[in-house]
Amino acid sequence: MAFGAFQSTVAGGSQAATPAVQKKSPVALWLLLPGVLYLILFFLTPLFSLVITSFQAPVLGGFFGEFETAFRWQNYVDVVSMYSSHIGRSFVYASLATIFALLLGYPIAYVIGVKLRGYPLFQALALVLLIAPFFISFLLRTLAWKQIFSDEGFVVGVLKGLQLIAPDAYLTGTPFSVVFGLTYIFLPFMALPIYTTLEKLDMRYVEAGGDLYANPITVFRKITFPLSLPGVISGTLLTFIPATGDYINASRDFLGSTDTAMMGNVIEANFLVLQNFPAAAALSLILMMAILILVSAYVKRSGTDELL
Amino acid sequence: MSDASAKKFAEAGADLSLVNVTKRFPGFTAIDDLSLEIPAGSFFALLGPSGCGKTTTLRLVAGLEQPTEGQILIGGSDVTATKAYQRPVNTVFQSYALFPHMSVLENVMFGLKRRKIANAESLAREALQLVELGHVATRKPAQLSGGQQQRVALARAVVNRPALLLLDEPLGALDLKLRRQMQLELKDIQSDVGLTFLHVTHDQEEAMTMADTVAVMNQGRIEQMGPPEELYESPKTAFVATFLGQSNLFPGEVKGSTSHTVTVAVAGYDMQVMLDRAVAHRGSITVGVRPEKVALHRDTPSTESGRTIVGPGRVVDASFSGVSTQYLVAIPGLGDVTVFAQNTSLGEHAKNGDEVFLSWQVDHAFGLADAPPVPERFSSDTDTASVAVQEREKLETELEEA
Repeated sequence: MAFGAFQSTVAGGSQAATPAVQKKSPVALWLLLPGVLYLILFFLTPLFSLVITSFQAPVLGGFFGEFETAFRWQNYVDVVSMYSSHIGRSFVYASLATIFALLLGYPIAYVIGVKLRGYPLFQALALVLLIAPFFISFLLRTLAWKQIFSDEGFVVGVLKGLQLIAPDAYLTGTPFSVVFGLTYIFLPFMALPIYTTLEKLDMRYVEAGGDLYANPITVFRKITFPLSLPGVISGTLLTFIPATGDYINASRDFLGSTDTAMMGNVIEANFLVLQNFPAAAALSLILMMAILILVSAYVKRSGTDELL
Repeated sequence: MSDASAKKFAEAGADLSLVNVTKRFPGFTAIDDLSLEIPAGSFFALLGPSGCGKTTTLRLVAGLEQPTEGQILIGGSDVTATKAYQRPVNTVFQSYALFPHMSVLENVMFGLKRRKIANAESLAREALQLVELGHVATRKPAQLSGGQQQRVALARAVVNRPALLLLDEPLGALDLKLRRQMQLELKDIQSDVGLTFLHVTHDQEEAMTMADTVAVMNQGRIEQMGPPEELYESPKTAFVATFLGQSNLFPGEVKGSTSHTVTVAVAGYDMQVMLDRAVAHRGSITVGVRPEKVALHRDTPSTESGRTIVGPGRVVDASFSGVSTQYLVAIPGLGDVTVFAQNTSLGEHAKNGDEVFLSWQVDHAFGLADAPPVPERFSSDTDTASVAVQEREKLETELEEA
């Protein structure tokens, strides 16, 4: 019916009054209980312990990795001054990976969600192809890229042959390969939420745009893209947040080098190798706060907080 | 694209011509060799059951579909090869298709901004005033009622002053009162602005009250086209006779003719039809008469010239609806005949089971060349004939309920 146009209003139209059942039913609270308990046990408790750890001070004359409860603000100052380049690098790499994943993922999502609508078989096939990489461990996939980009590998060989890079140039361990790896790993996380909103896109809006003198580019700019914004927001968040904390791609064992180490690598090293637990905890909390601030500013700026 | 340019306001409505347009979709032909001329400034209604091709016709004119064959001309220039956004045409969509992420005002300004019209905002506000929605300009479409959304959709299209305004069942979702009001407003806008309106609807009453010219469409073809009165009083096919209002149809054989009338033998009755109101004058023809033209007699009426009398029959159903009473009279050989009788007198009316006679003036009858659509027991529901029958049944129940 005519109101159908608004049913598919991507989440935004859901400002309608919530049914009474959702408001004051004890059933809803009971259903929430397991989730709440789980979060208290496995999120709040570790978070609390992390905060405490981040303020700990080393025991004077104690063992390597022995710390006592204190209130040492200096931990935060220390890690920021010591690892500022890693912090900056994390956000730059993650931002680049997010942008590239969006540029690659949006067209993929558009083709699957809009262009392949009339062909359910191809649509399903394309979706399977998009998700297929998940069937292989992402460590293995990242290692495979290391092989492909290796100095003796095909890619470097061809690039050198075409004289696109210097004869002594290499790809592994460079920011390029790290950003490439991040983009690759998080591409499905970008494309899938966008696909979900585009798949529901009501083509009648697109037709109405054309009817109102908008050429295809304007229709995309003014109608298709804004209506897919909820998917773009969740896609960018699902990419940016884990990419900032990623410690696989940037590690020396995979696509990175010491020059490309990100916060995740530093946290990992402090926890597992240096056993400097307060520094690792402080870094983790800084990372968390920074992401929280960035993300809330982003969501607020895009004006879609009610869409999430 | 000289005078039909989408870049400027239309000075007046434009002519629309469809020349031998055919549209085939995989598996079926939606429009079959359709030719149509709509003169500038007219209010033209395409009327037909769902699936008759009327919406496809509209989409072809809007540029949302490409014809398989044929040409579409707007204001004399061929627009067949152009895209929707290049045509000087705006559509009020059945679903309204208001952009949910924009405010009402932004929706109305959309077309103006695309054409870089300078004072887009003030024009949009004026258009909203016209549909009495100036106070909701900042709201989102989802916050409006169905009727308000419909008016916004109308404002969004009309503000562009298109040479041709297409209306795709735009009043379908409105309740009766609001629909009446909007019908009048549309009519006003059309005569004020002088635009050409092409209105697609399955609501025969809407088509008849609003349009100057109505074309009844069936199975991708136009069955009959003309002013509403002409279509109603002198239908040319059984489809038009049953789709546009109700008709009593009696198939029979021509027995003879005079200089003015043709006499048709139907189940032992001689029914006369004026020559100029009969599509065919020999062989099998169907005599039709509208229910309100049939008079009900409780006593045997005296035979008089110029009247066809049938009966006796039995009233099998009488439904009183205040202004009028609808009777269903079973007459042996003719089947059930519908009669609308105005309740102009107090007192006793015919009741179920009463024996009655029916009569009508000869010049009220019409003659058709084809037989009425018989609902087949196992015909497909999507078959156009059964769609028409369903539509008729729906109308009948609606009338009974009214």
